[in-house]
Amino acid sequence: MTALTWPQELAIRSALALTVVAFLLGLFSVMTYIERRLLAFMQFRLGPNRTGPLGLFQPVADGIKLFFKEEFVPQAANRWAFIAAPAVAITTALMAVAVIPYGGAVTMPRFDLLPEWLRGRPIPLQIAHLDVGVLYLFAVSTLGVYGIVLAGWSANNKWSLIGALRSSAQMFSYELALGLSWVGPILLAESLRIEDIVACQAGGIHRWNAIIQLPAFMIYLFAATAEVGRLPFDLPEAEAELVAGFHTEYASMKFALLQMAEYVNMITVSVLATDFFLGGWHAPLVSLQSAAGVNLGLLWFGGKTGALLFLFIWLRGTLPRLRYDQLMRFGWKVLVPAAVMHILGTAAVILWLTR
Amino acid sequence: MPFPDSALSDSQRSDRPPSSIAGIMHANLPGGVVMIREFRGDLSITVKRETWAAAAVLLRDHLDCDFKLFLDLCAVDRQGRVDRSERFEIVLHLYSVSTKRHIRVTTPLPESDPRLDTLTKVFKGANWFEREAYDLFGIVFRGHPNLKRILTHESFVGHPMRKDYPTARRHAPGKCAERVLDVPQDSQGMVVNLGPSHPSMHGTFRVQLLLDGETIVDAAPDLGYMHRNFEKMAEARTYWQIIPYTDRLNYCSPFMNGHGWALAVEKLLGIKAPPRAEAVRVVLSELSRVMDHIVCIGANVVDLGAITPFFVTFRAREAIYDVLEACCGARLTVSYVRIGGLAQDVPEDFDALCRKAISAAREVIDQADRLLTRNVIFVRRMREVGVLSADDALSYGWTGPCLRGSGVAYDVRKNHPYSGYEQYDFDVPTGAVGDSFDRYLVRMEEMRQSLRIVEQALASLPGGPVIVDDKRVALPPKSAVFENIEALMNHFKLVFEGILPPAGEIYGYTEAANGELGYFVVSDGRKCPWRVKVRPPCFNLYQAYPRLIKGGMIADAIAIIGGLNVIAGELDR
Repeated sequence: MTALTWPQELAIRSALALTVVAFLLGLFSVMTYIERRLLAFMQFRLGPNRTGPLGLFQPVADGIKLFFKEEFVPQAANRWAFIAAPAVAITTALMAVAVIPYGGAVTMPRFDLLPEWLRGRPIPLQIAHLDVGVLYLFAVSTLGVYGIVLAGWSANNKWSLIGALRSSAQMFSYELALGLSWVGPILLAESLRIEDIVACQAGGIHRWNAIIQLPAFMIYLFAATAEVGRLPFDLPEAEAELVAGFHTEYASMKFALLQMAEYVNMITVSVLATDFFLGGWHAPLVSLQSAAGVNLGLLWFGGKTGALLFLFIWLRGTLPRLRYDQLMRFGWKVLVPAAVMHILGTAAVILWLTR
Repeated sequence: MPFPDSALSDSQRSDRPPSSIAGIMHANLPGGVVMIREFRGDLSITVKRETWAAAAVLLRDHLDCDFKLFLDLCAVDRQGRVDRSERFEIVLHLYSVSTKRHIRVTTPLPESDPRLDTLTKVFKGANWFEREAYDLFGIVFRGHPNLKRILTHESFVGHPMRKDYPTARRHAPGKCAERVLDVPQDSQGMVVNLGPSHPSMHGTFRVQLLLDGETIVDAAPDLGYMHRNFEKMAEARTYWQIIPYTDRLNYCSPFMNGHGWALAVEKLLGIKAPPRAEAVRVVLSELSRVMDHIVCIGANVVDLGAITPFFVTFRAREAIYDVLEACCGARLTVSYVRIGGLAQDVPEDFDALCRKAISAAREVIDQADRLLTRNVIFVRRMREVGVLSADDALSYGWTGPCLRGSGVAYDVRKNHPYSGYEQYDFDVPTGAVGDSFDRYLVRMEEMRQSLRIVEQALASLPGGPVIVDDKRVALPPKSAVFENIEALMNHFKLVFEGILPPAGEIYGYTEAANGELGYFVVSDGRKCPWRVKVRPPCFNLYQAYPRLIKGGMIADAIAIIGGLNVIAGELDR
């Protein structure tokens, strides 16, 4: 197949980026519905079931409501920072999705409508192939805290400020464990490219990092839950303590953007867990990878991500939240040392095996 | 026919003669004791105002007295009464856990000089009660550290519980100070208001916190947002007209408040409700206790971030509400008791409904137990948090599950059985440390014990009438009112003239869900009580709150308040 010219390359990438963002934002609204329904079922309730069949239009109704709410900025707030904060939050959240592979390559159908160069061309489902993909992710996810800190500080509300402080401390502490938990898979794959890490896990469930790197997977799950601020680590917005934490003063679409950033982050960490630890789009058994000649990679990928998202909701329906000092102690005295020990162990084993 | 003046044989009466206390008082406070009386089994000692504090110390510290549990302190305005020389009277109620005795100490205060030594150094719990007496009666307590208004607004003029207060007067609330807290000049801390509208302040309370980071350096509660002066309203109602107001005290277990009120008035009258009424009262009270504990634990856990146990436990609350609804038509504001019995007999399916509620409660208690009791995060949030020692708990006047959590096995149902509690077999759980987790465990076990009591009471539910056959107390049946003139006259007289108890004062007390719910009733023989003082258990509980949270974190403050189960309706009255 011929190499692509740069306008063709740009066209493919732009189309991919648009698809991914649109898909993520759609998934965000569906997630709010699914979360409310699932939580309701866990709590002997029905959840939203009035709007549309099974309440499926609830996200639409919510969206319309948020759009038409008054754009309110508190008088004492720092106006520009207050408006910028949700934008920062959602931008950084969406930046991270650029380097994540969402499945293997998809072969374009040979439709006559498509231009000649596109017909039959396999297109990998990844917007940017970065050699330092993991480092990029790490950098971008750290930026995410700016949105929250800015939101909490600019609102000029004491509860928001406490929420912002909690959140910055929490994210920096758990960022470390999160990053360290990736080192094991990186060592095994000998690459910082996420697609290489996925490729390294092909060949069945026994090759998945969730099995051979189980401690790293556990550390990742804890750290990721803290990173996205979900129960039991939802201290930045602990509603019983801090009213609503950093977004106490937010309403209408600015609130929706903050919420959206949170859900996109949650989806991102689930997707990353799938890529890093659950073998990406590879089936647990090689024989299950395709059915009737169709590659089921996307299905496996979606299933694993969905299971992780369900886990987040399940946790929220089960656990109380930690106290601030307990959270810090757990992060610094348990997770980080465990991650470091695990890296040393992994490295030692690799050295010993390849000697 | 008037009610007898002397006390009937009363199960709440102590078996030790009161003369020993009188002897001790006379020997240690020569000339200080004015009068010692006993009415309906209540021992009341009047002392001179100069010996007020000394008498309190003596009663607390003397080994034969040992009145360590501070129950209540209130004022009475005797304006216009001929039986007292002075206008005001301060009344102190104490209890001795070791000798199982209550005592009332009073002292007269002249209108011209309503000042008295403070007891804040003797009992920690006296602080807020003295502020209340200052607020409502204008009694000045010398040496009180913070004698400010507590229930009414800062800008309130006058003292509303005084008999000469013009009740028609209206106030436009003025400005109030922004700070409830004394913040040192050089403090770098941040002052935040926890409440009055805050997600975990169930009801309307406000606690002002001085924070150093997340650590609470100082805290000052502000209450009275729900104050409606129930006690003043009670002075203008007949004894049975007060029953609906009691439902609004602790609205998580409304039936128990009415139960306590009925028992208090029955004690004043010297009558007893028939056994069937008492057994039904026990059943409904114990179910209400389960309901109250469910709300307490559920809300406490929601504040810690776990919402599911709340919904799990609330299903049993629905089943219990169904029982109440079947009995009286209302779910929350039940008004089911009457003086001398109950409004009407229970429905035919009472037994089945109760058993349904019991099995629902058993199921959700077990589920909540599995979700919480060994949940590492929950245990870590609750253990070693909000510790109060037994001595301090007594001094603050804690009662109920919180006192038992601190290790003192004082339960009115065991120590002074009322309504036939002596027939039932149940245990009184106690904690060891006195932290939030102990209070949680005590509540969990109490629910199980309550269900045991309900089962026993249902199994032996006696037949017969549900209201006392006494024309001075109970309305005649409607059919009789329509058919014969005697019943019609009786009805007319009771409705217009009310129940006329003998003059006297009693302290009626029951074990409500939050602790000892006391009604101090002063009667002058007329149809409305001269003075009613409610001893709300959570007034004492909440008073210790600042002390419990100082040095902790914001999250601890939230974990503790839920476990104390402070109910605004009862706290602010």
